[in-house]
Amino acid sequence: MIMEFAELIKTPRVDGVVLHRPFMPTVEGTLCLTGHHLILSSRQDNTEELWLLHSNIDSIEKRFVGSLGHITVKCKDLRMIQLEITGMEECLNIASSIEALSTLDSVSLMYPFFYRPMFEVIEDGWNSFLPQNAFKDLESMTDEWRLSEVNKDFSLCPSYPPLVAVPKDVDDETLKKVATFRHGGRFPVLSYYHKKNGMVMMRAGQPLTGTNGRRCKEDEKLINATLRPGKRGYIIDTRAINVAQQAKARGGGFELEANYPQWRRIHKAIERYNVLQESLIKLVEACNDQSHSMDRWLSKLEASNWQTNVKEILTTACLAAQCIDREGASVLVHGTEGTDSTLQVTSLAQIILDPGCRTIKGFQSLVEREWLQAGHPFQQRCAQSAFSNSKPRYEAPVFLLFLDCVWQILRQFPCSFEFNESFLVLLFEHAYASQFGTFLGNSAAERARLCLPEKTVSLWSWVNRPQELERLTNPLYEPNSLVIWPSVAPQSLLLWEGVFLRWNRSSKCLDEAYEEMVHIIEYNKELQTKVNSLRRQLAQLETEDPLLHTP
Amino acid sequence: QKYYHYVHLFLQVEQVRLLDRFSNKSIHGTLYLTATHLIFVESNSNNSILHHHIASVEKLSLTTSGCPLVIQCRNFRVVNFVIQRERDCHDVYSSLLRLLRPVCYDELYAFSYNPKQNDQQREEGWQLIDLGAEFERMGVPCDQWQLTDVNRDYKVCETYPRDLYVPVTASKPIIVGSSKFRSKGRFPVLTYFYQEKKAAVCRCSQPLSGFSARCLEDESMLQAISKANHNSRFLYVMDTRPKLNALANRAAGKGYENEDNYSNIRFQFVGIENIHVMRSSLQKLLEVTGTRSLSMSDYLVGLESSGWLRHIKAVVDAAVFLTRAVTVEGASVLVHCSDGWDRTAQVCALGALLMDPYYRTIKGFMVLIEKDWISFGHKFADRCDQLDGDPKEVSPIFTQFLECVWQLTEQFPQAFEFSEWFLLQIHEHVHSCQYGNFLGNNQRQREELQLRERTHSLWAFLMSEKQNHLNPFYSPAYSEAHPVLEPSTLPYHFKFWRSMYHQFDRSMHPRQSILKTILTLKENSRKAESTLQALESVSTLLHIVIFLSFKLEPTESTDTERTVEGSSGTESRKQSYGELEGTYNSDLVKEEPAVVSLEFGVARMTC
Repeated sequence: MIMEFAELIKTPRVDGVVLHRPFMPTVEGTLCLTGHHLILSSRQDNTEELWLLHSNIDSIEKRFVGSLGHITVKCKDLRMIQLEITGMEECLNIASSIEALSTLDSVSLMYPFFYRPMFEVIEDGWNSFLPQNAFKDLESMTDEWRLSEVNKDFSLCPSYPPLVAVPKDVDDETLKKVATFRHGGRFPVLSYYHKKNGMVMMRAGQPLTGTNGRRCKEDEKLINATLRPGKRGYIIDTRAINVAQQAKARGGGFELEANYPQWRRIHKAIERYNVLQESLIKLVEACNDQSHSMDRWLSKLEASNWQTNVKEILTTACLAAQCIDREGASVLVHGTEGTDSTLQVTSLAQIILDPGCRTIKGFQSLVEREWLQAGHPFQQRCAQSAFSNSKPRYEAPVFLLFLDCVWQILRQFPCSFEFNESFLVLLFEHAYASQFGTFLGNSAAERARLCLPEKTVSLWSWVNRPQELERLTNPLYEPNSLVIWPSVAPQSLLLWEGVFLRWNRSSKCLDEAYEEMVHIIEYNKELQTKVNSLRRQLAQLETEDPLLHTP
Repeated sequence: QKYYHYVHLFLQVEQVRLLDRFSNKSIHGTLYLTATHLIFVESNSNNSILHHHIASVEKLSLTTSGCPLVIQCRNFRVVNFVIQRERDCHDVYSSLLRLLRPVCYDELYAFSYNPKQNDQQREEGWQLIDLGAEFERMGVPCDQWQLTDVNRDYKVCETYPRDLYVPVTASKPIIVGSSKFRSKGRFPVLTYFYQEKKAAVCRCSQPLSGFSARCLEDESMLQAISKANHNSRFLYVMDTRPKLNALANRAAGKGYENEDNYSNIRFQFVGIENIHVMRSSLQKLLEVTGTRSLSMSDYLVGLESSGWLRHIKAVVDAAVFLTRAVTVEGASVLVHCSDGWDRTAQVCALGALLMDPYYRTIKGFMVLIEKDWISFGHKFADRCDQLDGDPKEVSPIFTQFLECVWQLTEQFPQAFEFSEWFLLQIHEHVHSCQYGNFLGNNQRQREELQLRERTHSLWAFLMSEKQNHLNPFYSPAYSEAHPVLEPSTLPYHFKFWRSMYHQFDRSMHPRQSILKTILTLKENSRKAESTLQALESVSTLLHIVIFLSFKLEPTESTDTERTVEGSSGTESRKQSYGELEGTYNSDLVKEEPAVVSLEFGVARMTC
C-alpha cells in the first residue's frame, strides 16, 4: 500500500461491527479500511458484503452511547448507512480515517489510478467518441463547417478540447480574436447540426462587452457566418436580463441589438451553480424528513426549488429546440461561463431533436461531446453532494439536473429511449464517485495532463459490454425518428424517485413489476419468432410438396 | 356515438371554436344540443358531453372573436367554447341551464338509455353482484354472526339495506334499542369478516350520547360484537372524525362513546375532515391546477394549501390503522363518523381492500362498492348532485376513495387486477347517471324507483369490456404471497393524480403509455398463441399429407393433380395463411383460425 494511505489508516480492521442499511437486513462482521474502500464482511458465504468507495462518502457523523459508537455514513449517491462499533478508541480511529480518506485532495491518488479491470475490455471507451469521428458524421451532412486545431495546445481556451467545429469561412486568426472577447476564451463553436433543415446550435461563453459596450467585429462575423442569407437567428442567454446586466460590471455582458441586428436575444432564468447546490441540499433534506406531515413535505419540496429548476432548464431546452425545428432558425446559447446552464440547454435540446441521442451509444456520445469535451468542470461540481458540511465553493448538481430532465422526457416518452432509468442513475453515481477515469478532471486539458486514457479505465469500456448493456436497455424501445416535445407543465413533471427516494423506500414491488414487464415483452418476442419460423417452414413445405407442383 | 343523427336536436350552432384550456390552440366546428348531450363536431372528430356531467356553465362577456362559454364538468373536463354570435351563445347557455338541472329522477339519462338489450339480459346484469353470496364468501353466517330480518321492511333504519348481519347474541330488542341511540338509526352491523382471526369490521353512526346519555342496549350491542371474537379481549371503536368535531356534536345531543360506559372498548379518533372541508379542498385544488402557465412553485404551494393530499393520506392512514387492528392484533373494530355513510364508507371499504385480495380483482372491487357504498347508503344522489339539490350536500367523498385506491396501485403495481382506467370509468359513470347503480341515496329509494326494472347495471357493462380495464402487471401469485397490503403512508408516497384531474387535458400526459403498450403486447401474445396453435396443426396435417402423397404418388398421380386443381389447393392455402396472418396482425379475430385450417386439412386429406 502507498505510504500516504498507510499514514491515514489508524485502525485497518475492527471485528464485531454492525451495519444497518435501509430496507436490508442488519449485517454483523469485520470492518476493513483500505486505501480506497470501506469494506464490511460477515465472512459468511451468503450474506452481502459492503464495498464502499471512500470517494463516495460525502460526510460522516459519530456519536456515542456509552462505549458503543455509532457512525452514520452519508454517501454522495444519497445513501445513508450506520455502523455500530464497540470501543471508543476504535470508533474514533475509524471515523477519522474515513474522514481523511474521503477528502483526499490529490487527483492522482484517486481510485481510478489504482483500479485494474476484472473484465475483458471489448472496446476501449477512451477511443469510442473521438471528435474527429463525430466530425465525419457532420461532413456527411454539410460542408459548411471545418474542424479547427487552433486550440490544440489548449492555449486559446483551456476548457475547450483540442479540436472544435467552426464555420468554414472563419479562419483561425479570427478565432483567436473572438476568444479574447468571450468568457474563458470560449468562442462560439458548433454544438449541433439539425439535419432536417440545416439549422445549427452553437454555444459560447458570455461576450466581454463590459460597461462601455465593447464590441468585436470578428465575433459578429463568426456567428453571422452561420446564418442563411436573409435569415435571423436566436441568442438564448440562460440568465435573467438583470443578471446579465449586472455581469457587465464584472467585464461580462450580452450581445447588443445594435451590433447583432440579425439576432434576437431571449433571456431565460436558469439558476447559477451555487444556487443549485443549495437546492439539492434542501431537497435531500426534505426527502429524509421522516415526519408524517403532508403539508411539511410539500412545503419543503417547494422551498427546495428543485422542481422549479428542472422546469426552467427543460423549458429553455424546449425553446432552443423550437427555434431550430419550428422557426427554422439557428441558435447561439450562452450564460456566463458557458460550462453549466449552457450545456444543460444544448444537450437537452439535442435529446429532443435528435433520435440518435436517445440510443445508449448516442447518449454516451452526447455526454462525451456536450459535457466532458465541452469542459463541464466535473471534478469541481461533483466534489461534494447533498450532505456536505463544508460551505460549497464550486460544487453543484448541474449534471444531475440534466439527468433529471432526461428522466422527465423518458417518463413522457417511455418507448423512445434505448436506455432505461438505471442508465441515468448509473451516470449520476459515476459522476460523483467511480472506479473509472471518465469523470475525473475538469476539462480535456486536465484529462490530457493526467494521462487518463493511459492510466485509467473508461466507464464506457465497462458499460458497452453485452451483460451491462442488457441491464441498461429499455425493453420498450421502438426507434422513433421524430422530434419529441415534452410537456413542461408542473403537473407533468415528477420528483425523480429513483434517485431522491431510492434509499427511503423499498423498491421491491416496483422492481418485480419491472421484471414482469420485461417478461411480457420477451414472451411476445419469443412467440413472434416461433410464428415466423413456422410460417417459413410451411412455405418451405409448400415448395417441397410434390402435389402442389403444377406440371 | 352519433346521437345527432337520430335524436331530436334542440339547437345547432355553426362556426364554434373549441379552445384548448392550456395552450392557444383552437379548433372550429359545429355545436349540437340534444336532450341528453352537448356535441361538438369538427372535421375528423367529435366530442360529446353528457348533460349530467356538466357541473356549471358560465357565459363570459363578449370579445372581438365571439362570445365565450365555459363549461365545467364533474369528470374534471373544462371546455371553452367561443360562439360567434352572442344570441347563439345565449341560446346554448339558457338551454343548458334548463337541461342540466333535472328536478326528478325520471329525467335522468338512465331511464332513457337503451343499450339494445332485452329484459333478460338486463336482469342478468343486475344479478351479477350478489351481496348474500359475498357474505357467504367471508364465512358469514357462522356460529357467531347471523343474518337478521329486523330491517326487512326498512322499519329500523331506512338508509340501511334489508339484509344485515349482527352477532348471534344480539337480540331484536338490543338491536332496536341500539338503533334508537344511533344517529339516523344506523346501529352497528357487520361489513367485513376477517375469517382468519374471526375478527369483524362493523360500522354504524355516532351515538346520541350528548354530554352524559347512555343506552344499555347499545352497550350490550358493542359487548356482543366484542364477545363474538375470542381472539381479542377488547373492541376498537374508531371515530373517523377529528376530536374537535366529535366534541362539538355533543352539544347537539350526539357525540361519541364514553369508554367508562362501554366495557372493553378502545376508543380512537382518526381525524378525517367532513364533507364541507373536502368539497372546498377539491375546489381549491382544481383552481390551482386549472391555472394557465402555472409555475412550479405556485403548483406546489397550491397543492399544499388545498390540503387535498393531506385528506387522502388521512383516509389511507385510517384504513391502515383498521387493517393492523384486524389482521395483526386480531381485534374487531367498529367504525363510525357522524352518520356513518361518508368517512365510514371510505375507511371500511379501503380497509377491506387492504385485507382481502378478492376486493383487488375487477369483480371483487364491484362487490366492495356495491356493499360499502351503495347498499349501506352513501348518499350518491346528494354527494354527486344528481338532482338539483342542496349544494352543501355535494362532496367528492367517493372520488377520494377512488383516489386512495389509485395511490395504492402506485405502491403495489402487481396487486390489483384492474388499472386506473377502471377507476376512471367508474368515476365517469357515478356522475353520468347513465346506469341505475348509483342513482338515489339508499336501497329503499332505489327500490321505489324500480331501477332494476327500468335501468341497466353499470357492472354488467364494465364486465363486458373487462379487457380494457385489466392491469397487465397483475399477479395472482403476488396476492397469494401478500394477502394483506401494508402501504407506507409517508407523505411522498402520495402523488397528484393527473389522469383523474387532467383526464381531458391531453397535452399534460405522457405521449406514450406503458400501460397501453404492454396491454397491446399481451393481447398480441394471446393472438400469437392461437395462431401458433393453428399453424402447428396445419403443419402436422401437411406433414401427413406429404407422407401420404409420397405413398400414393405412383398409382394415382394424375388423378391427384386434378383433384388438387379442382379443389384449388394452392389458392385456398394461400388464402388461409392470409387469414391467419390477418388474425395475428389485425386487432380483431375475424374467424377461428384453427377451424379454417382444419377444413383445409380435411380437403387435402380427401385427395
